Amino acid sequence: MNLHAVRAIYLFEMARTRRTLLQSVLAPVISTSLYFVVFGSAIGARIPEVGGVSYGAFIVPGLVMLNLLTQSVSNASFAIFFPKFSRTIYELLSAPVSHFEIVLSYVGAAATKSILLSLIILATAAFFVPLRIEHPAWMLFFLVLTALSFSLLGFILGIWADNFEKLQLVPLLVITPLTFLGGSFYSIDMLPPAWQTVTLFNPVVYLVSGFRWSFYGSADVAVGVSLGMSLLFLAVFVAIVTWIFRTGYRLKP
Amino acid sequence: MQPIISISGLAKTYDSGFVALKGVDLDIRPGEIFALLGPNGAGKTTLISIVCGLVRPSAGQVTVAGHDIVRDYRAAREMIGLVPQELTTDSFETVWNTVSFSRGLFGRPPDPAHIERVLKDLSLWPKKDSKLITLSGGMKRRVLIAKALSHEPRVLFLDEPTAGVDVELRRDMWQLVRRLRDTGVTVILTTHYIEEAEEMADRVGVIARGELILVEDKATLMRKLGGKQLTLQLARPLAQIPPALAHYGLSLAKGGREILYRYEAEREETAIVDLLQELGAAGIGFADLHTTQRSLEDIFVSLVAEPDAAEAAEAGKQP
Ligand SMILES: Nc1ncnc2c1ncn2[C@@H]1O[C@H](COP(=O)(O)OP(=O)(O)OP(=O)(O)O)[C@@H](O)[C@H]1O
Ligand SMILES: [Mg+2]
Repeated sequence: MNLHAVRAIYLFEMARTRRTLLQSVLAPVISTSLYFVVFGSAIGARIPEVGGVSYGAFIVPGLVMLNLLTQSVSNASFAIFFPKFSRTIYELLSAPVSHFEIVLSYVGAAATKSILLSLIILATAAFFVPLRIEHPAWMLFFLVLTALSFSLLGFILGIWADNFEKLQLVPLLVITPLTFLGGSFYSIDMLPPAWQTVTLFNPVVYLVSGFRWSFYGSADVAVGVSLGMSLLFLAVFVAIVTWIFRTGYRLKP
Repeated sequence: MQPIISISGLAKTYDSGFVALKGVDLDIRPGEIFALLGPNGAGKTTLISIVCGLVRPSAGQVTVAGHDIVRDYRAAREMIGLVPQELTTDSFETVWNTVSFSRGLFGRPPDPAHIERVLKDLSLWPKKDSKLITLSGGMKRRVLIAKALSHEPRVLFLDEPTAGVDVELRRDMWQLVRRLRDTGVTVILTTHYIEEAEEMADRVGVIARGELILVEDKATLMRKLGGKQLTLQLARPLAQIPPALAHYGLSLAKGGREILYRYEAEREETAIVDLLQELGAAGIGFADLHTTQRSLEDIFVSLVAEPDAAEAAEAGKQP
């Protein structure tokens, strides 16, 4: 294991975040605060409780998950896309590092950032709504698992994208809609039966549901299913990354 | 002696179907400076990129100090430093950070003293806290070299190190390469500047259209192909060479207004002095003189020229 390399890449990535601290932390915090002001206080006061939880509190896990997904994907995709774009990636590819070490350091850094951000958002939420976490260990587990999976997805995206447009298109056209329709702002049983079925094809539903269960002990789908699906995503993304490195796809001609 | 790099049957066909390397065999000796010459698109960068792990070979093997670059990539790559042809650097990092990063990436523990030495060697020390984006092109080139040297490699690849570099920096770089060689580092450089190969290299390889068409000691190459000629422009035309000077094998040209003297560059430096003295003694005065040498450049051009172009050039030379 080339630990010096893992450390060097990880610290390099974290330093990059520090340089852009304002935009990478402040922006998500402000935007979620706005959600809480609007949904939690203004509109939420007129919405009845969902499963014994006030609406403002109900949306907290979904909002955190929404940020976690988008931040993981964008952090990781940018981290690997940019050296590819600026051609500085030659150094990484010529270094004595294994594929596992490359993924570990980039995905680890991206996941660290999005987890820290999620915790900050959670803390922010506590200012606006009464927060309760019934299963803190599971909460952290889901947080870390999802951060890793979607940082991996971002890593894949960053390698696949050959221009900035593609890099932004997938988060915009796929990830954001899926998270908004993934039960962040509503419980599935509020939907008409037909839509309930359709919703089950949205992978994000399982992530949000499991995460919300760790807060309030109730969920849209059984927590075991959520856990299984989360692990499945991780497995699928690991498989794709493995394939990418084995074939040199978009990395080595 | 066991070669430090051994390349055998190396071929590369890009996904586009373009055949960039057609079965290259090459051994690099430890501690030598090897210059790889070749026109644009010959396959120099492709060759280097395969050895460094940036391009996947289509066929063939490469070992670095006995380590296969695929199976034993870690050991192979730890020994190599690469300075790429293109100027590719981060923008917002400082010189110090980017060079320290490279050392870590290659698996070495931090060693500020070594980084300091490298930066000072490359005259980068005053710039150590500057952001890369604020540096000039020549400075960025130095940074790339510093990055490549940060982990104390045994083999250094310089892919056109002096392209777009001013005379002073080029001389600095030559000095650096010599110093590295003195510490036992093997240097492989590609270049378009023949003078660079002539000045620097112990051995020269010429690559054209994906094939290595010549590998030779530079000295041998120059001797084999590079005789010299001294031309003396006489003050007064001469009808014939005085018999006393016959042993020089001189010939007359331009209707007796020039004397031509062919000699081997290496061995007969002193013969010129004798010749000039004897000419003086014989009362033959000259107005001007110059020497010409068949340089690597001439040799190179004739080697890599398209076959029919070479024939045309030969034909053009005949009076
Ligand atoms: N990724 C690629 N896909 C397809 N063809 C490529 C690729 N990279 C290089 N080539 C082609 O392979 C040939 C050799 O390229 P290479 O960069 O090795 O040449 P070179 O000798 O380094 O030339 P130069 O002196 O211009 O740097 C060129 O014709 C180039 O167009
Ligand atoms: Mg090249």
